[in-house]
Amino acid sequence: MNDTLANTEKKTAYILTLPAVLLVFSIILFPIFANIWISFKEVELKDIRIPEPRAKKIVKSISDEPTKIKILYKLRNSSLIQEIRDVSFQDNFPKNFEIENLDPRCSYKKYNLKCEFGNWPAKYRENFQVIFATNNGLKIDKKKLKSIKPKLEGKSDNILLNTNFTLKNFKKVLFENEFVDLLLTTFYYTFFGTIGSIVFGILTAQMVNQKFYGRTFMRSVLLFPYVAPVVALAYTWELLLDPNSGTLNSLLLNYQIIETPINLLGQKYIEISILGFDFKLRLALTTVIMFEIWRYFPLAFLFILARLQAIPKELYEAADVDGASPFQKFFKITLPQITAVISILFMIRFIWNFNKFEDVFLLTGGASGTRTLPINVYQQGFAISDIGMGSAVSIVIVVLLLMFMFFYFKLLGKRVDEN
Amino acid sequence: MRTKNTLLFSLISTFFLIFLISIWKILATLQGLSITSFNIEILFIFGFLISLAHLGIGDRIKSFYKSIIFSLIFVFCDGYLIQKLPIWYNVGVFLIIYFFTNKISKYSLIGLKEEHSTQVILFDFLTLFGILFFSFVILFPFYMMLVTSFKTQIALLVNPLDFSINFSQDIKDLFKSYFVIFKSYNFGKYIVTSTIVSVGTVIITLLFAIPAAYAVARLNFFGKTFLSTSILIIYMFPAIVLVIPLYTIFSQLGLRNSIEGLLIVYTATTLPVAIYMLQGYFKSIPKELEEAAILDKLSWFGIITKIIIPLSIPAISSVALYVFMIAWNEFLFSLMFLDNPNSFTLSRAIQYLSGDAETPRQYLMAGSVVVTLPVLFIFVYFEKYLVSGLTAGSVKG
Repeated sequence: MNDTLANTEKKTAYILTLPAVLLVFSIILFPIFANIWISFKEVELKDIRIPEPRAKKIVKSISDEPTKIKILYKLRNSSLIQEIRDVSFQDNFPKNFEIENLDPRCSYKKYNLKCEFGNWPAKYRENFQVIFATNNGLKIDKKKLKSIKPKLEGKSDNILLNTNFTLKNFKKVLFENEFVDLLLTTFYYTFFGTIGSIVFGILTAQMVNQKFYGRTFMRSVLLFPYVAPVVALAYTWELLLDPNSGTLNSLLLNYQIIETPINLLGQKYIEISILGFDFKLRLALTTVIMFEIWRYFPLAFLFILARLQAIPKELYEAADVDGASPFQKFFKITLPQITAVISILFMIRFIWNFNKFEDVFLLTGGASGTRTLPINVYQQGFAISDIGMGSAVSIVIVVLLLMFMFFYFKLLGKRVDEN
Repeated sequence: MRTKNTLLFSLISTFFLIFLISIWKILATLQGLSITSFNIEILFIFGFLISLAHLGIGDRIKSFYKSIIFSLIFVFCDGYLIQKLPIWYNVGVFLIIYFFTNKISKYSLIGLKEEHSTQVILFDFLTLFGILFFSFVILFPFYMMLVTSFKTQIALLVNPLDFSINFSQDIKDLFKSYFVIFKSYNFGKYIVTSTIVSVGTVIITLLFAIPAAYAVARLNFFGKTFLSTSILIIYMFPAIVLVIPLYTIFSQLGLRNSIEGLLIVYTATTLPVAIYMLQGYFKSIPKELEEAAILDKLSWFGIITKIIIPLSIPAISSVALYVFMIAWNEFLFSLMFLDNPNSFTLSRAIQYLSGDAETPRQYLMAGSVVVTLPVLFIFVYFEKYLVSGLTAGSVKG
C-alpha cells in the first residue's frame, strides 16, 4: 500500500516537473553543448541558412488567345555555396486546364504538374515555362491561379551536422585576437564595476537605514536605475555625455571648468597628472564602469539594507552606553554584520558583470578600449560573421567563469572551516 | 576644543550649503538662465557667516525668525547685489537657505562640547548630503530624458542648456515627438508586441513553474536535490553564451523574427528563478491543508488550483511582476533574433531608431520615455511585491 503511494507520488512529481525541465534543458543546457560542437567547426553566418529550392510564379496572358495562358516559374537555389540534390516540384491547376508543352522532366496527371529537376548546383537559376489552354471557354482568373503556390523539395548537407572539426578557432582566440588585452579589459570592467556597486550599496543602505522624512520614497528612487529598461538608460547617458551638444559638456563649458569638450565615451585614454606623476586613465572604460555602477548599486543596496534592518538594536544601544562614536559603531558593529552579504554580492555581481553585454554594447559598441569578452562574442559571431569564432569565445567565457566559481568556493570553504 | 569644533561645524555645514546651492544653480541653468559661475568663494563666506551667526545668536531669537532673517539677507545679497535673476530662482534660494538654517538649528554651542560631537555632525551631514547627492545623480538622467522629449532640434541647437518646457504652446506641438514616433515609426505596434511578449512570458512561465515548484516543495522523488541545485546553477549561466547556438538553431527552424521564438527563450530563462521563488513560498504553507484535501480525494490538479494557488497569491504576483519586468526590459535576445521591423519589441525598436544617425534625439528620448514609464509605474505601484521579487531573484541582470 505504502509502495504504491510512493510510486504515485513519484509519477506525479515527474509529470509536474517534466514540462519545465524539458524547456529549460532544451533552451539552456543544450545550447551550451551545441556551443562546444560549433566552436570546433569552421562555420560562417551564411553557412547556417539551409539551402532551399525556390520558385517564383508569374502568370502572363497571351495576346489574341484568351483561352490560353503562360506560366513562368523563376527557379533558383537560395544558397550561394551549397548544392541541392534531387529537387522535386509540384503545382496544382484548376479543372479544365490542359498543358500544351510538357517538359520531358515533368508529368501532368489530374491537373497536377510534377517535375524532377535533379541536382541544382549553388547559385543555380532557371526560367521554367509552361503554357496551358482551357477547354471550357471561360475567362481565366489570373489571381486565383497565382494564389496556388508550387511546392519544392530537395536534399542538402547541413554544414553543422558533418564531422569536420578544427582547432583553428581556439588558436585564433588565444593567440591572434589580442587576447590579453581583451581579458584585462573584461577584468577591469568586472572588478571595478563590482567593487563600486558594493561600496555605493553600503553607503546608500547605511543612509536609508536612518530615520528621515521621505525615506520610503528614497528607497523607491534608489531602485529606479535597476528596474528601468537598459536601452532607455544607455541612450539617455549617451545624450548627456555627448561631446558636441551633450548636457554635461555644455554645463562644464558654461561654468568654465573645462575649455574643450571631453569625449567621455569615445576617447580611449586621458592623460592625468596628480602630484607630478603623469598617468593614462582609460577614459571610455571608466565611463562605462560608472554606468555599470550607477545601474547596479541598487541591488547591493537592497541586499545590504535587508541585512542592516535585521541587526539587533541592542548592539547599538550597548555601544551607546560604552560611549562609542558613530564611526566606531559603523566599523565595529555594522561592517562585521554585513560581510557575509557582501561576499555573496561580490560573487553574484562578479559573475553577472563578467557576462554583461547590453550596457557596453549600447554605450560604445565595444569601441575605444571597451571591448570585453561578451562584446567579442557578438563581434566575432555577427559583425565578422564567424559563428565558429564566436562560439569559441563563448567557451572561453564559460571556462573562465567555472574557474572563478571553483576558486571562490574553495576560498570561501576554507574561511568557513577556519571559523 | 570648542573653537576647533565650532570651526569644523561651520566648515561642514558650509560645504553642505554650497552643494545645495550648486545643484539649484545647475537646475536653473538648464531652464535657460545664464549663470556662468557658481561663485563658490562668495557662497563659502556667506555660509560660514550664517553658521557662525547661528551659533553666536543661539536661543536669543526664535529659530523660525532666525531662519527667515538669514534667508532674506542671503537672497538679497545673492539675487540683487551679485547677479540679477528672475524671482522664481530667488524663491528657490530662499527655500534652500530656510531648509538649511532649519537643519542646523538643532546644533548649539553647548552641544558642540559633547563627546564625538564633530563626528555626529559629520555623520548627520554626510547622510543629508548622501540623500541629496544620490537623488540628484539618479533622477537627473530620468529628468533629462523627459524634458528632452519635449524640445525641438532647433531649440536645442540654439541653446543646448535650455530645457525649459514651453507650456503655452499647442498640445500638438508640445507632444510632437510622441505623435511622430507613433505615426511614422510605428511605436503603437511595438508596444503591442512588447506587451504580448511580456504578458505571454508571464502566463507561460507561471503555467510551467507552479506545478514544478509544487513538486519540488512537497513531493519526494528521485533527482529532487539534483533538480533544485541545477535550477540555481543554470540561473547563473550567462545569456551571451546561449546566443550563438540559439541563433543557429532558430535560423534553421525558422523561429527568428517570430514572437513564438522570443516567448520560448524568455520563458526558459525566467523559469529557474520563478521555480526557485515559488517553491520557497509553497514550503511555508501548512501541510495539514493538503492532507485534508487528499482525504477528500482531491487530485494534484485540484490541490494546486484549489489550495496552493489561492494561498500564494502574493508570491505568485511578485513572480509575475518580476518576470514581466525582465521580459519587458530584455534586449540581448531581441537584438539577436529580430531583424524585421514588423516583429520588433520596444527596446529593439529604440535601438534600431538610434542606428540612424539622422534620427533627432528628442524622438529617441520620447521612445525611451514610452518604454520606461510602464515599468516605473508598475514598480512604484506594486513596490512591495516587486522588492521581495528583486531580493529573491536578484541574481538576474
